[in-house]
Amino acid sequence: MNSLYYQKRLSRNIGDKFFTSLSVICALIAILPLIFLVTYILIKGGSQITPELFTLEPNPPGDDLDAGGINPALIGTLIITTIASIISIPVGVGGGIYLAEYSKGGAFSRFIRFGVNVLAGVPSIIAGVFIYALIVSTKILFGSMYSGLAGGMALSILMLPTVIKTTDEGLKLVPNELRFASLGVGASMYTTILKVTLPSAFRSIATGVVLGIARAAGETAPLIFTALFSYYYITGFGDLFYEMGSLAVLIYNFALEPYDAQNKLAWAASFILVLSILSVNIFSRILAAFTEKTKRV
Amino acid sequence: MEEKLTLFKNRKRFGIEKNIDIIFKNTALVLSSFVAIILLGIILVVFFQSFESFSRYGLKFLVTSEWNPVKDEYGAFTAIYGTLVTSFLSLLITIPLGVGTAIFITEDFVPKVFREIIGSFVELLAAIPSVVLGLWAIFVMEPFFRAFFVFLHNFFGWIPLFSTEPTGRNSLLAILILVVMLLPIVTSIARDSLNQVPKKLRNAAYGIGASRWKTIFSVILPAALSGIMAGVLLALGRAMGETMAVTMIIGNSNAFSWSLLSPGYTISSMLANQFGEADGSQVSSLFYAAFVLMILSLVVNIFAQWLVKKFSLKY
Repeated sequence: MNSLYYQKRLSRNIGDKFFTSLSVICALIAILPLIFLVTYILIKGGSQITPELFTLEPNPPGDDLDAGGINPALIGTLIITTIASIISIPVGVGGGIYLAEYSKGGAFSRFIRFGVNVLAGVPSIIAGVFIYALIVSTKILFGSMYSGLAGGMALSILMLPTVIKTTDEGLKLVPNELRFASLGVGASMYTTILKVTLPSAFRSIATGVVLGIARAAGETAPLIFTALFSYYYITGFGDLFYEMGSLAVLIYNFALEPYDAQNKLAWAASFILVLSILSVNIFSRILAAFTEKTKRV
Repeated sequence: MEEKLTLFKNRKRFGIEKNIDIIFKNTALVLSSFVAIILLGIILVVFFQSFESFSRYGLKFLVTSEWNPVKDEYGAFTAIYGTLVTSFLSLLITIPLGVGTAIFITEDFVPKVFREIIGSFVELLAAIPSVVLGLWAIFVMEPFFRAFFVFLHNFFGWIPLFSTEPTGRNSLLAILILVVMLLPIVTSIARDSLNQVPKKLRNAAYGIGASRWKTIFSVILPAALSGIMAGVLLALGRAMGETMAVTMIIGNSNAFSWSLLSPGYTISSMLANQFGEADGSQVSSLFYAAFVLMILSLVVNIFAQWLVKKFSLKY
């Protein structure tokens, strides 16, 4: 009769309790850094935010009183990620269209999918090394060495696998009936893709691409010897061919400065970077959950 | 009748439309092959740039640790050793933590809402740029752990790993910040593969009287093992190539030391530090080091993909 009741002392129940608490501890350790990190950045970085921050140039390190602002780095990050998007989105979406719509699972498409996964695993600094060898050291871009353009190219290499993968997977989720219907009424293949399948996969592709852009905006390693850094305002189109600052590189450079004013600037830049990246992530997560719910109905 | 036929004729697709169709397909084909071109381009460019150093040092480059631009002598042993040690040790800490968290998320210890919140929290951790983690490591983690490192040195100083006096940045801090970076990768992949284990298996185990953790250890984890292994390998590749956070906290010293409490070097931090100012044969040696890093991460990545294909769940 006794054996029908839950017995605390039984070794299997003690063991279960032990492992359950162990996994609770693991989960706690896993989320503690995030909570510490985010609150610290929000407090420490948020307290440095002033209107001048967005309009001034950073002062060269050494002046311990006033570090200036991060305007050039902010604009630089926007420009460099835009260049990266302009290169990687058409190439990635086009490649994804081929994989999902045209390829029939042969050797070529398997090789490309394999290549996409391998390229996604290439360390980001290698992308910088590659662009350095190809563009910076050869001065192939009208004689300019370090430039925002080169930085954008390095970032586009990192974005490309993400864009291809999300396009490929987004298009695969489009039901085949839509394709049959479109081809059945006499539309050609490209009309079907551009007018039917791409629009219906648009939301999932856009989410993936935006997440890719957010990740690229925080990448530093490919920029430190392609775009380098600049203290000066970006004034015109010609500045694309010169050294260009970015938030990520600003954080890296100023974190290693011994001066307090520069360190504070690094915290302020992290605040802006983390806030924008996290909000993009959270927003896309909410959007994805929302679409999933409406789809099930 | 005649009228109908002409109508039918006009309905034929125009030549120009056919051409657009063909052009569209071929453009997509060319764009998709860009991936392969870039990948091969990276491998070839890095290999040819390192050729000078490769022909000069051969494989000796991998086992000597002199890095002296003045004497023009280069060897990357310290950096390669640092890369391997930091990535493997950080993985050793991450695997139990990540898998434990994944189990917590997939089991029903707490209501689903909380588990989903914890799950997305951990995934958000992956979105934080590594340079920000590096900044945090310098100003928050290093002071926080300083007393602990002194304690480690005082009590375990007889172990070579803790034999040096801790002074600021060191390899152990790099390992800890890598744990923070790898945790989301291992956790989310482990969670996905645990979720893919069919419910039937769990019910069968419960049915014959296995306790919860007996079920997890003997049924669910073995079934999800291939997926978890692949996630671990991906994390390993990531750890090897991780640059910014490690560069900012590892101390960047090429002096070889067994101790984790002394400043160290990894290949990627060496590249980040020296590439901008290098010239002459130093550049070629840096390319050689980059080539070694690339081969390491390629091997790990390809092995991970092979593992996924070979052992993916077949229920």
